[in-house]
Amino acid sequence: MKMMSLDHKPAVHFRDVHYSVDNQPILKDITGSFLEGKITTLVGPSGAGKTTLLKLCNGLLSPDSGEIFINEQNIDSYEPVQLRRYVGMALQSAPMISGSVLKNLALPMVLQGKQLAEEEARNLLTDVGLDASFLHRNSKDLSGGQRQKVSIARTLVNRPRVILLDEITSSLDLASQKEIEALIVKINRKFNTTIIWITHNLEQALTIGAYTWVMMGGEVIETGESSLLKAPVNEKVKRFVKGEGQ
Amino acid sequence: MSYLALSIALVFVLIPLFLSKTLHLGLEKDTLIATIRSIIQLFAVGYILQFIFEADSPLYILLMVMVMIGAATLNARKKGSVIKGITWKVAVTLIFIEVLTQGIILGFNITPRSAQYIIPLSGMVIGNSMVLAILFLNRFSAEIESRQDETELILSLGGTPKQAINTQLITSIKASMIPTIESQKTIGLVQLPGMMSGQIIGGADPIQAVQFQLLILFLLLTTAAVTSIMLGTLSYPSLFNQRMQMLRAR
Repeated sequence: MKMMSLDHKPAVHFRDVHYSVDNQPILKDITGSFLEGKITTLVGPSGAGKTTLLKLCNGLLSPDSGEIFINEQNIDSYEPVQLRRYVGMALQSAPMISGSVLKNLALPMVLQGKQLAEEEARNLLTDVGLDASFLHRNSKDLSGGQRQKVSIARTLVNRPRVILLDEITSSLDLASQKEIEALIVKINRKFNTTIIWITHNLEQALTIGAYTWVMMGGEVIETGESSLLKAPVNEKVKRFVKGEGQ
Repeated sequence: MSYLALSIALVFVLIPLFLSKTLHLGLEKDTLIATIRSIIQLFAVGYILQFIFEADSPLYILLMVMVMIGAATLNARKKGSVIKGITWKVAVTLIFIEVLTQGIILGFNITPRSAQYIIPLSGMVIGNSMVLAILFLNRFSAEIESRQDETELILSLGGTPKQAINTQLITSIKASMIPTIESQKTIGLVQLPGMMSGQIIGGADPIQAVQFQLLILFLLLTTAAVTSIMLGTLSYPSLFNQRMQMLRAR
């Protein structure tokens, strides 16, 4: 396995992590780091274990064996609530609670028994490229791209240091996809946020990600700088990349 | 009513049998089984009640109530198989509602303290509580399944399990209580309740029958609210572990 540069400290580190469901292994012997302030993409066929790996990062799941470190501290030393505010997540379906965009943006604060100032909500919308007039719109009336932007803005309310993205552009048109990509790069640069991004789009992985993990059958087959996708070493990865390109 | 009159009443079983046969509904066997079971079960319980009323012993009353709670628990738990430890949660809820309602009825001398009153009232409370539990568990299981994304969203934003499941819990509690509240709005206008009709047919004063029926209605409101809320409160924690992870989340 080609190892990635360790100039940056790991924001998330996996050591010999195994995870199974009903004795069926989903993740096998995962070891590796996601570097602080970098965008790393997870690519691989469906059922490779990518989403499971993401859920292990913010403690929605726990490994059967092995250790996970967040900011060099064992994940078990974090309170679950504190961990999930530190490691934010945006889901593929961008689920919205019923009500206005403001209600959705305020959700992370409401969960802490606090309120989100309307001014702050407007700034968040501007940050994700949405007009402030969206604030009082019903979340049901948003397009796929707008929902995803609100979902990302909502994740930002907790000011996470790591953001997990689960195929957030897979159901969007090309224009919305490009907007979301630009937004994620902007967040990464502005806040030095570590991004771990599952994508099926190899072009996206190549242009946006600094690093890539290629996963298959619950294993990490190849990792390194994203350029590895242009010239993979592993035969399975070669076939995967070729298949995707066809 | 004589046994001859009751035998003639079997014509009300023959009508659906005939319709099922003619229209090929295929319900003849089930209708027959239901008829035979109801005859055996009701006569059996009639003779048991006759024995208990004559004995009027607290031990027999307790035994009868325990049998009712046991049967209701076994029936209701089937709908909550996704919830760990659902059997004892349903049982505790039914025991609590029985103790609460009988405590008030007997404590304030609302009805005489005899088997003739305690057993039928307990039967109605436990039976309704069982139906409420089934309605609640059915809806709650469906809500958990269909709104998994929402639960995951709230957990991933740093919410607690209670916050993550709150909407599903409230929706299920309301959905299970609505039939009780709605049916009480039209009671007396659309249909005369079973207990009241039975008393009137048995020759009781209609006003006396209304008084007992109102007692039942008020009891059932408490039963509806307490059953759903208590079962909900007992159930949701077992969907999560110590690390605030959904146990069925994969």
